[in-house]
Amino acid sequence: MYEYFYELTGNTILSTLIVAIFPLLNVLIVALIGVYLERKVSARIQDRIGPNRTGPFGLFQTIADFVKMLQKEDATAKDIDSKLYNIAPVLVFTGSFAVYAAIPFSSKLIGSEVEVGLFYVIAISSLVVGGILMAGWASNNKYSLLGAMRSAAQIISYEIPTAIIVLSIVMITGTLSLDKISNMQTAYFWNWNILGGAEFGLTKFLLIPFMIVGFIIIFISTLAEVNRTPFDIPEAESELVAGYFTEYCGMKWAMFMLSEYGNMFAVSAIVSILFFGGYHSPIGYLGNSLGIEWLIPFEQAFWFLAKGWTFILIQIWLRWTLPRLRVDQLMSLCWKYLIPYAFVNLIVIGIILLL
Amino acid sequence: MTLYDILFYLFAVITIASAFVVVTTKNVIYSGFSLLLTFFGVAGIYVLLGADFLAIVQIMVYVGGILILILFGVMLTNKITDVDIRTGTIHLLPAAVGVGILFGALISVMVWTDWKSEPVELPVTTTYTIGRELLTNYVLIFVLLGLLLLVVLIGAASIARRDKE
Repeated sequence: MYEYFYELTGNTILSTLIVAIFPLLNVLIVALIGVYLERKVSARIQDRIGPNRTGPFGLFQTIADFVKMLQKEDATAKDIDSKLYNIAPVLVFTGSFAVYAAIPFSSKLIGSEVEVGLFYVIAISSLVVGGILMAGWASNNKYSLLGAMRSAAQIISYEIPTAIIVLSIVMITGTLSLDKISNMQTAYFWNWNILGGAEFGLTKFLLIPFMIVGFIIIFISTLAEVNRTPFDIPEAESELVAGYFTEYCGMKWAMFMLSEYGNMFAVSAIVSILFFGGYHSPIGYLGNSLGIEWLIPFEQAFWFLAKGWTFILIQIWLRWTLPRLRVDQLMSLCWKYLIPYAFVNLIVIGIILLL
Repeated sequence: MTLYDILFYLFAVITIASAFVVVTTKNVIYSGFSLLLTFFGVAGIYVLLGADFLAIVQIMVYVGGILILILFGVMLTNKITDVDIRTGTIHLLPAAVGVGILFGALISVMVWTDWKSEPVELPVTTTYTIGRELLTNYVLIFVLLGLLLLVVLIGAASIARRDKE
């Protein structure tokens, strides 16, 4: 993709910018369709109809909302710290969008094939924590501050089980590059890491149960990292109004929402790269069997988006099914259950790999 | 001036300007958040030097760990946030002498060192080399550091533990 635009424009900066537009478009589309789906799925679960007035099946509801958001007055409270208050939404969105720089959408659409991609993704998302703390502080509101504190504590706690599971995947694949990890799970779905990886043998079958445990742990902890129910105490409406973005409105509020949906897709993408083959098709490529070379990258992008959207749907489904955890329950789940299990999982996988 | 140079100066300006804000601002929170930019700028310079792994570690440890810890400390400590810190000048003469000596030492090191200069090439990843070195030549230091961190972790947990009555 980059090479193509480089040949077309002959300018490194211009072609980089063009390639960077695709993830941005993806985030916008995820937010647009994600909000719509969230409403429709929640309505279905609660035996309601959901939005149905704007456009067919209420399809244009989120677009109408977006237009409304754009023309809203930027009302702010009097005693806010206006510098930090204005920077915070940008910082949060920067953190969640920067993750996309290393995510391979298909074999031709990768922002940067850095060798440390996986590590980069974990590290750069800590910018979000800084932004959340900034928002909570600058709002000068105790609910905002409490929500920001909870959110930051939650995100940095749940980074630990995520990192340990990521470490066990790195032990199996021997690389930190997201593209290489995807390419190791090519061809058919039994090569996926959740089914023990591509190498056929005793190791593969021994690995399967531990990979499933690993997947469950990383899915729970990424759910907590993006502040989704059952881990959404940072914005628990009944106690904290709306958490760290209580004082925000209009486009600034929309940026928080945008980064939340961007994060949702990003963690889904990472889970699918680590365990479900990334952009590779589970059943082989149509382009290969028909002999059409150029079709393959598009198919890969399709499979990647399909996997990402599957996990987003599961996240929405969980949000409207489970009640939220209390603060102390949340922390004890992380420190007393997930981290020890993840460590045991790591050690067992290490022993299996030594066999 | 190539793109590389422009990026280098951009990151250098970010680092120095935000470091200046860190020491001069009177608000603790402001210094905390400008420290974020300082760490970010240093990480950018690491990337330009081809030290990709080090850059990510810089962001992970300093931005994701230490900075958040500092902010937590400031925000959770009652009544520290509204206190004006003294950032004015005191003891001008000793400070000038000390800083002058340090500056002179740094400049002389810069001028007299026999810098190894190599033609610019695309940096390759350093991850494998760092890993191999850590587990062969520096394995003793590596393990000792791990033990030290473990001891610190246990100590922190035992201090934070609620006493049973």
